[in-house]
Amino acid sequence: MVQKARRKALMIALAGSALMMATAAKAQGTLVLYCSVQEEWCRPMASAFEKETGIKVSMTRKSSGETYAQIKAEASNPRGDVWWGGTGDPHLQAAEEGLTEAYESPKMAELHDWAVKQWKGSQGRTIGIYAGALGFGFNTKQVASRGIPEPKCWSDLINAKLKDEVQVADPNSSGTSYTMLATLVQLMGEDKAFEYLKALHRNINQYTKSGAAPAKATSLGETTIGITFMHDMVTMVVNGGPVKVVAPCEGTGYEIGSMSIVKGARNLDNAKKFYDWALTPAAQKLAEEAKSYQVPSNKNVVPPPQSPKLADVKLIDYDFAKYGSSAERKRLLSKWDNDVKKLPK
Amino acid sequence: MRPSTRLLFLLALCGFGLLPWYFTEGMGLRTLGWLSGYPLGKGGSGLALGLSGTAPWLLPGGAMLLLAGLAWPRQDEQRAATILLWAGALGFLLFFLQGFAITLRGQGIPWLAALFGAQGAAQAGMGPGALVTLVGMLLLFCHGLAYRGFCRGDVFTCSMIGLLILMIGLFIFFPVVTVLKGALIGNAGTFDPGAFLDRFLDSSIWGLGCLTRDVSCGVAWNTLLLAVLCGAITTLLGLASALLILRTGMPAKWLLRALTVLPIITPPFVIGLALILIFGRTGLVSNVLYEWFDVPRTRWIYGLPGVLLAQVLAFAPIAFLVLIGVVQGISPSLEEASQTLGARRWETFSTVTWPLLRPGIANAFLIGFVESMADFGNPLVLGGNFEVLSTKIFFAVVGAAHNEGQAAVLAMVLLSFTLGAFWLQQRWLGKKSYTTMNGKGDAGLPTPLPRRVSWLASATVIPWVILTVVIYVIILTGGFVKSMGRDYTPTLEHFLTGFRIDFSRGFYFEGAAWDSFFTTVKLAAISAPLTAIVGLLAAYLLKRQTFQGRGALEFSTMLSFAIPGTVLGVAYILAFNVPPIEMTGTGLILVIAFIFRNMPVGVRSGIAGLSQIDKSLDEASATLSARSATTLWRVVLPLLRPALIAALVYSFVRAMTAVSAVIFLVSAEYNLATAYIVGRVEAGEFGLAIAYSSVLIVVMALGIAIIQFGVGERKLGRRATETGAAPVVAGV
Repeated sequence: MVQKARRKALMIALAGSALMMATAAKAQGTLVLYCSVQEEWCRPMASAFEKETGIKVSMTRKSSGETYAQIKAEASNPRGDVWWGGTGDPHLQAAEEGLTEAYESPKMAELHDWAVKQWKGSQGRTIGIYAGALGFGFNTKQVASRGIPEPKCWSDLINAKLKDEVQVADPNSSGTSYTMLATLVQLMGEDKAFEYLKALHRNINQYTKSGAAPAKATSLGETTIGITFMHDMVTMVVNGGPVKVVAPCEGTGYEIGSMSIVKGARNLDNAKKFYDWALTPAAQKLAEEAKSYQVPSNKNVVPPPQSPKLADVKLIDYDFAKYGSSAERKRLLSKWDNDVKKLPK
Repeated sequence: MRPSTRLLFLLALCGFGLLPWYFTEGMGLRTLGWLSGYPLGKGGSGLALGLSGTAPWLLPGGAMLLLAGLAWPRQDEQRAATILLWAGALGFLLFFLQGFAITLRGQGIPWLAALFGAQGAAQAGMGPGALVTLVGMLLLFCHGLAYRGFCRGDVFTCSMIGLLILMIGLFIFFPVVTVLKGALIGNAGTFDPGAFLDRFLDSSIWGLGCLTRDVSCGVAWNTLLLAVLCGAITTLLGLASALLILRTGMPAKWLLRALTVLPIITPPFVIGLALILIFGRTGLVSNVLYEWFDVPRTRWIYGLPGVLLAQVLAFAPIAFLVLIGVVQGISPSLEEASQTLGARRWETFSTVTWPLLRPGIANAFLIGFVESMADFGNPLVLGGNFEVLSTKIFFAVVGAAHNEGQAAVLAMVLLSFTLGAFWLQQRWLGKKSYTTMNGKGDAGLPTPLPRRVSWLASATVIPWVILTVVIYVIILTGGFVKSMGRDYTPTLEHFLTGFRIDFSRGFYFEGAAWDSFFTTVKLAAISAPLTAIVGLLAAYLLKRQTFQGRGALEFSTMLSFAIPGTVLGVAYILAFNVPPIEMTGTGLILVIAFIFRNMPVGVRSGIAGLSQIDKSLDEASATLSARSATTLWRVVLPLLRPALIAALVYSFVRAMTAVSAVIFLVSAEYNLATAYIVGRVEAGEFGLAIAYSSVLIVVMALGIAIIQFGVGERKLGRRATETGAAPVVAGV
């Protein structure tokens, strides 16, 4: 009996040590990175981190909504370690649902206030890595051929001459467009904002699925005006499109691109290493090389010259905690669905 | 016990006693580190782990396996059958249940785990040992059934049916049930049937406002309308081209054949993209119309017309592939008989040829209908404000609303439409006989089409051909200009970004697209033959064997086809991320997703082909004492070559072009070309996307050529004289 028990204990110890050996070998150097910005930015991030630390990065690029859905589906057996990039709302939602891990980085002191505010609002579960203001862009040729003045404000977009000429994403499918909805509510008050959205509805030619799609359509002339984040429009300008980027005169909201550590990450130490590194100026400079013109969250990084200067944009005091919560989001979205989208054109 | 059963028993014994039971990370034949401590440790065998006390819950199943061994010396088949039936069923059940009961810590089925004496224990996902043992137990049970006289006592047939049921249950039903459960979960995360009703009766699904006012209709009606139109038009085009190619002296048949194949080897988004560049507001045609005829530029392409156009271009070739096999298979002797009896060409066509085409038409329509419902890429690019279920489901999962309950309800609506279509098709075909190949010598020459039919067919096909040519000119030049639609400076930039090879360091694949490209080709090449095998085997069993629940099985093979890719992707992640079947992040999950998503085309074309081959051919083979496996291989398969080609081509191509199903399943190590292209499209880099797509088109064309060449043509009757063969009895 005793012998049997001892043998059993031995076996368990053996099996256990085999298990530990395997985990140790794994921990030497891999990191599974979920990346939610464009490929051109994800790749240099992964390879620069690999070069710097010798940790092998397995990177998957998916939009922030897809990544959120994946992390949620994998929650019982997480595969990813770090989720880097993508608009802040899904990060906040993941934090709210406890899908991500709280972490305090030593780099925190170097960051802009808005990045730290994101961290505080989520009980340390997500942090700002870049910011981008909401705005719109117009196709200069189309505007000229239509004989209307260049639009400068939100109120210019409900001009009757622009019937079927404005494009924006559907807030149900795109974080960009939800940011617009929340921005207008904060800027004008809820009732007036919905009056405005109803008026805008008459000028909308299409509610696209993806948030950045109107930028491309504006550049091609498929629509006269596209409402997107300003940096998406800047990319079109840099690529030579006949596009002008506008920061609305009444003021506008913004997104905070965020980073979170997945709860139950298999390579937690490496995830923290990446987290700290991603907040350094060297890492944040990679954005400019990747033609991404958001404003980096580290104070010591000079933003790219093409970036919309946040100082020149009239930014509202966006309440991320309130409008990022799933209850408020569901309420606003269903109100938009019933009051705006169902209206006849 | 028969020798085959003994072999099977030994295999199952190996699986339990020798092979590594669990699936461990880093498992592979190149590095053997995971085998440390064998036969114990992570790579240990089921027997060793069970006896050593690491996983004692494996022992009851193992005992059943040994019990099955008692049948070994039995000469009396009935006695052996009793043992095999009991031991097989119980062993299978025990192994199966322990897998689901004991998974990760804090999950699984606690009360069941307690029954196995494993409260609070945890185990990894099933590995090769578990797979072999489980399948072995199942097959022992099937052998027992065959001994009892099921499937006319044929061991092979019985085993295949058992395997098919297991696979469908595991890879279709299990994930789908997992995801559909979400429909009954309320917003608060608890069970709430009321939430289901609320979501189901929502006016955004069933609203009919568009009939009276200028608002959009419910998404269910939109989808249905689109799918019916798409099914009808693709069938018409497919039939017209099949008739033109096989039954007329039309010139340039090769061109039509090539053009009908091109659209299916085109990755999604690309046809939609090209349509925008042609018919969009600043597209080529719109420019010409505006400048020459002052036709105002409009946005008509965004919405129902555009999506329908793109879908017809994309799916008509599949209808063509299905129908050409059927038209080819119609025995000319029947038509000759009709003409001998004095019928004119039109009369022969309408009373003989047309009725014989019915199974093909029903199948082609069904495929077009279901394809349209499951299509995701084209509505995404061209949908405008015209919403369909597949995109709505996708954005219910990944969009800002993150509403999985709604996604599950929408998935149910979509599923009921596709299944309804399947039921209607069955009713229309009824129980009539469509047999034309009976092995009694087939000596006719096909009748030329009546003139009015061939005119009609040409009038349908020619505009389609022209549009297809224009689209491919756009696609193939799109990769070589700076920015399609704006700047037409020729450049190689896009190809270099994607496919640069650095020769200075030997042979280094530097381009950004190489990784995903190699993975895609590899996985497609693996999954295509497997898909074809599973599909045709299923078709053979369904059409040629009689067993209880055949109808239900046929129905469930169609199920995965009816499930939109997005739902399947999410379902696979939810179902296969945790033990007992843990395979997310591997290439295996992609291969399995491809097999079970594309299998239905193999099944449909196999069934359409088989309904033309007289059963007496099988029976002749059986009379000559061939076993059913031999009959399948030597008699049926050669006659099914068109179906085999359709299945192989379709699954190869779909594995290379699938988007919605795989977008959740790709991982860092296994990224796919389409996922990469979608990323490029999202980033507005149409140039690289089109360049990559054209590379894929070339690769798929090569793949299809290899398949066509490897499988070869079916040789039937006197029609084979072109190649110089003497008239032979059909293919035997």
